[in-house]
Amino acid sequence: MDILLQQIINGLVQGSVYALVALGYTMVYGILGLINFAHGEVVMVGAMVALAVSGMLLAAGLPPLLVLLLALLVAMAVCMALGYAIERIAYRPLRNAPRLAPLITAIGVSIVLQNLAMIFWGREYHAFPQLLPGASHGFGGAIINDVQIIIIAVALLMMAGLLVLVHRTRLGRAMRAVAENPSAAALMGVDINTVISVTFMIGSALAAVAGLMVSANYGIVHYYMGFLLGLKAFTAAVLGGIGNLRGAMLGGVLLGLIESLGAGYIGDLSGGFFGSNYQDVFAFFALIAVLVFRPSGLLGERVAERA
Amino acid sequence: MTTANNPLLELAGVGKRFGGLAALSAVSLHIGRGEIYGLIGPNGAGKTTLFNVVTGLYQLDEGNFTFDGVAYSRCKPHVLAEAGIARTFQNIRLFANMTALENIMVGCHVRTRSGIWGALTRNAAARAEERAIAQRARELLRYVGIDRPHETLAKHLSYGEQRRLEIARALATEPKLLALDEPAAGMNATETGSLKTLLQTIRASGITVLLIEHDVKLIMGLCDRVTVLDYGRKIAEGVPEQVRRDPAVIAAYLGGEAA
Repeated sequence: MDILLQQIINGLVQGSVYALVALGYTMVYGILGLINFAHGEVVMVGAMVALAVSGMLLAAGLPPLLVLLLALLVAMAVCMALGYAIERIAYRPLRNAPRLAPLITAIGVSIVLQNLAMIFWGREYHAFPQLLPGASHGFGGAIINDVQIIIIAVALLMMAGLLVLVHRTRLGRAMRAVAENPSAAALMGVDINTVISVTFMIGSALAAVAGLMVSANYGIVHYYMGFLLGLKAFTAAVLGGIGNLRGAMLGGVLLGLIESLGAGYIGDLSGGFFGSNYQDVFAFFALIAVLVFRPSGLLGERVAERA
Repeated sequence: MTTANNPLLELAGVGKRFGGLAALSAVSLHIGRGEIYGLIGPNGAGKTTLFNVVTGLYQLDEGNFTFDGVAYSRCKPHVLAEAGIARTFQNIRLFANMTALENIMVGCHVRTRSGIWGALTRNAAARAEERAIAQRARELLRYVGIDRPHETLAKHLSYGEQRRLEIARALATEPKLLALDEPAAGMNATETGSLKTLLQTIRASGITVLLIEHDVKLIMGLCDRVTVLDYGRKIAEGVPEQVRRDPAVIAAYLGGEAA
């Protein structure tokens, strides 16, 4: 009992981040049938930019909350531009190429971004400044702090906003139409390239938010942080059913919970043989299990329909 | 009919090749405003290729076409949709997992403006636009005679309804030219009859109709003029009665020496 509630809270926090990043994977897959493996690096760039901006603004003496807000806005803007550029440079020229080709450029972009970040920001771990009060609250024997509450709340807000955008607006309708049938959508007057660019930009903006969340929660930023996070968010998207927005949200939260509960109990269950450092095992074990037993994911059903 | 003086669509020497195969060669024709114009020919004659060229899905290799006074040779589909060409497909291409209403609302896309800013803020203008096109979409559903809850997914409609929904979606783009690729395919006689009535209503509302069809009765009863394609070439053009008696046409359909 003692750690159960705590692990659930930790899992929800981590899961919120996974869900936001997974949405970026799933949106791009839904519309292009492409796994954008550079997406994890967009999260990292978001975190790095937020770090740089907040460092400058704090030095200028602005109040922490305002700094947080500005850092978030700048990070989102930079990531949206980056997402647009990635699509434009690495994917659009290969729109009609065999599917393996854009997959390879995706991995290439990922490596390029990692190395540029390493050159630009260095190999060391950077401490992310504490911009929120960070007070902790007791809660049924568990502890949750302000940062974690805000992470969950903001993630919920962004996911609700995205669902409204996709299901209730002209732009969202165009996105779904392009995902279902690009040529028919074009003939109805939808500019496919614009819709695809906007999709990348929205996914990247969510990635920037996620990047800031991870940094604020763990207090650490590193040029390599996007790799594992991206891989896990991709796992979450597959878990929920790639191409499906609600699936990505569900998959993200589930993956966070699986990891956190697994890490919390593996020591007890294995008699101390495995420690909580094995937490990554659970994410990928979950991925293998899903791929074996339900390849289309928990909420996915359309995989076979894609031409 | 004011066909010759002021055509809505005019093709001049249009050619399209796929490798060594000339799918269209030197096809010229003109379609007057307010006409119902038929395009017929044996399978593989190039009818759908011609549709794909004038809707921007294919880029033509030779010649050009003029629509509503503007000449095009290379052009994106969404630009031609904005210019006023809408189409349906031989094999139905609806957005299967979207509702009937949403399918039509996608068609309204080209005549509406609210972009990402409107979507994010959902400001008054964007909401008013949404209401207006939802209203327009409901009217179009009624217009083509689909009497179903608006939330029905397109894939759950009957075959005849899906064909009608495609027409409604095309009409939502407010076209000047409506191009229909075998709209009566797979329909029974009753459905074909009401399709004919619908097409006449559409023409009466001022929209020019270009029709690919195999149902000879429908073509003869509906079209003002007809062009016959065979192996990518135009072999005959004229009013249906005259074309039906044309020896080249008979030869193309039945085989033989006459030509």
